Amino acid sequence: MMENIIAKKSPAAARVNGNSKIAEKPEKGKRLEVLKTYKIYIGGKFPRTESGRYYVAANSAGEKLANMCLSSRKDFREAVVAARTAFGDWGSRHALNRGQILYRMAEMLEGRKMQFIEELLKQDASRKLAENEANLSIDRLIYYAGWCDKFQQIFSSVNPVACSHFNFSAPEPTGVVSVIAPQNNSLIGLVSVIAPVIAGGNTCIALASYSKPLCAITFAEVLNSSDVPGGTVNILTGNPDELLPYFSNHMDVNAVVYCEKDPAGRKVIHENAALNLKRTVFYEDTNWNSKEVQSPYRIMDTQEIKTTWHPIENIGGAKAGY
Amino acid sequence: MPETIIIPDFSLSPRIDQVGIEERADRITKRSIKKESKVSLLKLGLSMIDLTTLEGKDSEGKVKQLCYKAKHLLDSYPSLPTVAAVCVYPSMVKTAKQSLGSSGVKVASVATAFPSGQTSLDIKLEDVRFAVEQGADEVDMVLSRGKFLAGDYNYVFDEIAAVKEVCGEARLKVILETGELVTFDKVRRASDIAMYAGADFIKTSTGKVSPAANLPVTLVMLLAIRDFYYKTGRMVGMKPAGGISKAKLALHYLMMLNEILGGDWMNNHWFRFGASSLANDLLMQLMKEKTGIYQGKDYFPID
Repeated sequence: MMENIIAKKSPAAARVNGNSKIAEKPEKGKRLEVLKTYKIYIGGKFPRTESGRYYVAANSAGEKLANMCLSSRKDFREAVVAARTAFGDWGSRHALNRGQILYRMAEMLEGRKMQFIEELLKQDASRKLAENEANLSIDRLIYYAGWCDKFQQIFSSVNPVACSHFNFSAPEPTGVVSVIAPQNNSLIGLVSVIAPVIAGGNTCIALASYSKPLCAITFAEVLNSSDVPGGTVNILTGNPDELLPYFSNHMDVNAVVYCEKDPAGRKVIHENAALNLKRTVFYEDTNWNSKEVQSPYRIMDTQEIKTTWHPIENIGGAKAGY
Repeated sequence: MPETIIIPDFSLSPRIDQVGIEERADRITKRSIKKESKVSLLKLGLSMIDLTTLEGKDSEGKVKQLCYKAKHLLDSYPSLPTVAAVCVYPSMVKTAKQSLGSSGVKVASVATAFPSGQTSLDIKLEDVRFAVEQGADEVDMVLSRGKFLAGDYNYVFDEIAAVKEVCGEARLKVILETGELVTFDKVRRASDIAMYAGADFIKTSTGKVSPAANLPVTLVMLLAIRDFYYKTGRMVGMKPAGGISKAKLALHYLMMLNEILGGDWMNNHWFRFGASSLANDLLMQLMKEKTGIYQGKDYFPID
């Protein structure tokens, strides 16, 4: 997976205009293409990594696609601060509004579909698969947009108790979630893991696929133009092996989502999560295109159940039987 | 018999190069600190805090809690210093004094109609007298900004001198409220007046006005302290207050202090931070240095 990627310490020049094909001598009279600098997304802004490091993302033919930020633990720390700050706003918005914003994300993604398809093509997908992946990503956002104001009712309960209390349980967002996105695809995996996390009112820091990072940063541009408050979703690019310990041991993170089967990675997460009893969410899926990976239960994976005991005068006073 | 200090003409206080000061302060934020120095500076920073609560809603319970926090910053981390002082309103001095007991943490009291200072000299002096009688070790007075800005430097000077006299043994901090003085020239002039009038400390802000303390204005005041020391041989302390809530920023202040005034000032007798949330951020960074793990505020006591 990672043999065609070379990590480098960037020279200043490459940082300023780090992109592919520049080395090729342009033909006389031919316009020099203006290539996008892929940066990371923290707190609603697009900074470069503070470390100044980058790696080259290439396709399987070894063709250079872009210089990507090789994010550091400090970038992650900044992102956690941004996510924690944003949680106050995002977590307390009413569910309908979160649904509207997820829907808006889908709208913006639809509008820029061609750009995503192009990036997927660059990253080795066939046209058919690329179109399918872009469409599925949009549909997945719509799916979770719909669930935003519905899962609470489904998973809440009124509980029978043997004393004069009205007792009910309801899900609440767990807080800041760190997400290591599926590594084997560029867009659909990322969308499939982020959407349920934020649909439930959490904020997150996502680490994009190392080998196929292009769509993640373009997706950040979609987020940035679709009413999602800055800091709600933060997206980093970089080496999962390097960042996994920090994604899982930061004390201000409440849950970790991990999508690889790698037992060593899971062990690291298990051990680190024990420090502050983070929720650990492991997904076994390999096919992120499948409908199997979307479910309201995935929203519940990063929720806490809060039970309230509310005193009432006498049990069954309302003849409701609870 | 102390050496006679000649009072200069304050209208001739040096003019300050604003751009130069801002650039110099900015350069300090660009340096890196080695890990061992960082840990000792974080601990030093903790020991320099004036843990502050200055709200209309302050109650005895709140002050007692704050005093407990001052004594027990983080019991799970052995060998931590306590903060330097607790800073409260005069009416809370007695409570604070009792709660702190023999812990060595001092009690500072704001006085002189804090934060505006808009009342008669008699009432201000009475305010100070009350605070000192209640047991305040330090008094934080406010400069009469209205008089100062109107150019009545003699009034301002005499007022500070009068307050200093009433303070007796208590150390006097003069709050310039730099956010209301606006220019560095005025900050410098106010610093000079306060120091010549007998201030033991000069302090940037009440915390009630924005902007409060920042690095450039602190640099101006530190330079004033240095010039005053060269002229008179008397050391004056510095206390930036308000808006310093992050450990990194506190380290920048300490770097600046060391650079301008040197090691003699690098202790809580001559330098203080007026802050309340800074303590927890320093603790979080210390824990991070100890464990290697970034900390979350949920795991540190609020007060």
